[in-house]
Amino acid sequence: MADDIDVMMAELARDATSLVFLDLGEALRRRGRLEAAVRVALTGLEQHPNLLDAHDLYARVLADVGDFKRAREVWSSILTRDPRHLGALKGLGFLFFWSGDLDSALDHLETALATDPTDQSVVQALMTVRAAAQEAPVSDADGPDPVFAGLDGAERGILLVDERGRILGGRLQSVVGADVSDRVAAYLAGAVREADRTARLLDLGAWQSIVAEGEGGNVHVSAPTPESLLLIVRDRGVPAGRLSMLAQRAAQAARCWLEEQQL
Amino acid sequence: MSERFVRALERITRIGGVQGAMLVAADDGLIIADASMEGVRGNAVAALAASLAKRFTRVSKAATVGAPRFLHLQAEQGTLIVVAALGGVLVVTMGGADMNVGLARLEMLRVAEVVA
Repeated sequence: MADDIDVMMAELARDATSLVFLDLGEALRRRGRLEAAVRVALTGLEQHPNLLDAHDLYARVLADVGDFKRAREVWSSILTRDPRHLGALKGLGFLFFWSGDLDSALDHLETALATDPTDQSVVQALMTVRAAAQEAPVSDADGPDPVFAGLDGAERGILLVDERGRILGGRLQSVVGADVSDRVAAYLAGAVREADRTARLLDLGAWQSIVAEGEGGNVHVSAPTPESLLLIVRDRGVPAGRLSMLAQRAAQAARCWLEEQQL
Repeated sequence: MSERFVRALERITRIGGVQGAMLVAADDGLIIADASMEGVRGNAVAALAASLAKRFTRVSKAATVGAPRFLHLQAEQGTLIVVAALGGVLVVTMGGADMNVGLARLEMLRVAEVVA
């Protein structure tokens, strides 16, 4: 390995425009020689400012030295120019995973896998992230729910979470009675952030509600307060109008309970 | 083929309040066929709709109700509706807050059948 590095350094010394800096920078960072890797990456960027792989190398080194913010900026910038750049997708996927945003990590890694289905590092990373999503702790709450007591389906089909996906009240059960509250909550905040982004970018104004109708039931999402999200699940037999009315009643109950908590 | 899809989409765009309708590839958010009014940023609508559908598919599956066949984002000044057709294709419609969602949904389901 050291010999390889010497050979590549010699080649780069002979020809400063050589693309060998990409392999050299990668070899240096793998050996933990991060200062040298930064120098090589920056020199490469000076010679090849439009080469996305050079920016990718720089971002990897930034992540190695713990500058995750700049690494994220560089990888995001790469994706604006090439939305299917494998290195940037992988890099952002790892960053999102380590920051606990499993939904965004899955988004990037799934796109990376679609770009190169043979990349084993992506396959492994996806398995890790999916396993983490599956291992969300199971709620052991029992008894009447303090937020939605008295509302139809309060014990199995209403969930109140904060804007980061932490459960505040309610409970969701699958058709076989398994508690799926944590798993749904883990995905909900990210999904609503995407809805908010979509509404803003398309000039639709602030989002008000989202309805998703699946084979096994309908999901209604709203925001009782700016800091909370309410999700209601009912079977397909419940008409949309009734689901909306139920959501309004549950939202009112949620607002009352949240106000009580602040007193 | 694309022309046939555009003709089908134009049935949606004739509905009051609809600003645009398109077919979108679910996996990468690229436009397959588009019948939107001028001024509608089709590429943005397509990419955001596909991403939104992907996110809510995870929510719905986690809630064990299956992948959504119909997704409706209601906002203060507009509406975005996504209907999943066969073959990884989405029928996407965007309109103002006054859009007739029920009628749009019916026509979108018809387009989904044409795609199938």
